[in-house]
Amino acid sequence: MNVWIPFLSILQKDMRAYYLKPPNISWGIIFPVAWTLMFFIRSGGDVEIRELLPGVMALSVLFGTTSMLAVTITFEKRSRAFERLILAPISLPVLLAAKTSGAIVFGIINSAVPLLFGVWFVDLSAANWSMVIAAVVLIAATSTFLGLMIAVSVREVFEAQTFSNFFRFPMVFLCGLFFPVHHLPLFLQPLSYALPLTYGNDLLREALWGGGQLHPLLSLAALTAFSVLLFYISLRNARRRWII
Amino acid sequence: MPVIEVEELEKSFGDVRAVDGIDFSVQEGEIFGFLGPNGAGKTTTINVLTGLARKTAGSVRVLGHFYPRDLRRAQEGIGVVPDGSNLYPELSGKENLTFCGSLYGIRKEERERRAAELLDQFGLSGVAGRRFATYSKGMKRKLTIAAALIHRPRVLFLDEPTSGIDVASARQIRRILERLNCNGTTVFLTTHYIEEAERLCHRVAFIVDGRIVRVDSLNLLLEEVGDDCSLQFAVGGDAASAREVLSEVFPSHKASATGDGQLLLRGERLDDIIPAVCALHDAGVTVQEVRLLRPSLEDVFVRVTGIEAEEMTAHRGGGS
Repeated sequence: MNVWIPFLSILQKDMRAYYLKPPNISWGIIFPVAWTLMFFIRSGGDVEIRELLPGVMALSVLFGTTSMLAVTITFEKRSRAFERLILAPISLPVLLAAKTSGAIVFGIINSAVPLLFGVWFVDLSAANWSMVIAAVVLIAATSTFLGLMIAVSVREVFEAQTFSNFFRFPMVFLCGLFFPVHHLPLFLQPLSYALPLTYGNDLLREALWGGGQLHPLLSLAALTAFSVLLFYISLRNARRRWII
Repeated sequence: MPVIEVEELEKSFGDVRAVDGIDFSVQEGEIFGFLGPNGAGKTTTINVLTGLARKTAGSVRVLGHFYPRDLRRAQEGIGVVPDGSNLYPELSGKENLTFCGSLYGIRKEERERRAAELLDQFGLSGVAGRRFATYSKGMKRKLTIAAALIHRPRVLFLDEPTSGIDVASARQIRRILERLNCNGTTVFLTTHYIEEAERLCHRVAFIVDGRIVRVDSLNLLLEEVGDDCSLQFAVGGDAASAREVLSEVFPSHKASATGDGQLLLRGERLDDIIPAVCALHDAGVTVQEVRLLRPSLEDVFVRVTGIEAEEMTAHRGGGS
């Protein structure tokens, strides 16, 4: 069987049924715009906007992807529509990849909103765009797989939301989005480096204006490793919890 | 040729053993009924056979593929209709069918053609563009069955297919299942409606408390209760005196008055008791209605399991 047919069909269905629905588009646009405006107004200067842009982009991706994926999968499980996917002759890794691809695309679109605002105010002519794309894709992948891990672990939609926030809000403060990691208390710094968004944010800073603290290859490797690890944990848990 | 082979299948949830070492096989082209009260293990068995649940022990082989090793290969050839709807409420009827087709690798033109064919077959062409969430219960059930048929499965699993739907939809579903079976599709059906199993199935397994208590062809099961038959009379006037007439004329047969002006006369053969109509007439009893009651699968079920038909839905409560 050609697995690309179900893969693309699941992706297309999810994009149409969930991600491109007007309320979700507004979530994907309003949330990043609100964040972006909040920090633009607060900063008011070119340098600060440039410094804040990577964090706002990373945050838009994180919130968009984790919310959507955790909720849509939990919703489909509750309505039993997810059973239809389990009954199909598709391997679980392909099924999970298909379900997450929509959220990854949604996350990438989300990241474009603050970026478009950014190019109005900041000179990004020196940006390394291939590194920007790599960073956005990897942040979207890790955030989505984090959402997947949450979706696999919960039964109810409200649990998915609560569990998502348990991971997301600490990341806002611990991943160097608004102040550098080395400004954090010493005992919190190891925790920062255990979170994927720290590497995503640092890679974006490096790509957009050369302001990263870590070597880009280290960040790329860490984000890839987080993606693989989170996908693997989700897959293992899905095997245990979805096929009882 | 068996398309489903199950040996010593066990499925436990913690300390609860929902399926307790069952053995059976289903031949290609059969309609096989899995009959038992709620909570007997029917749904758990179907979940294991379709890949929604993992067996605890035993052997399962579907379409020649062993589980869990070749589950995906088997899933290519099976269709599943669960006890509830498992389609997408936000998609239209047609979109649901074409989406389900894509899950089996069917190309766009072919799945659109097949979806149109199924919508027509199930009488849903007029509502093909409507969101599934707006369908009536009977329409939802029909579309769920249609979705399970989109890839032309060799084996169709149905879990309580007519449960809770209107009579007309249930009749249509039964007709469609018969037609499918005539075209070679093997049907594995779980139900707690004994009459439905009797009407549709070639072979039946009775399952109670996770164990199969009997598997046989419908004919052999019905032979077990013999040719016993009864005549039920609705009479004008005094039913008690009419019963005395029958007891005098047919001393070796049991005649009883049911209290609502009805009489029942049991015999081993129809020929023996059919003269009762004339006997009542000769005795001046007005016979308003006569019904012949044949032994049914329900009688066999009661005899084999000790569970009365009324207890079927109450037994243990809930699905299994």
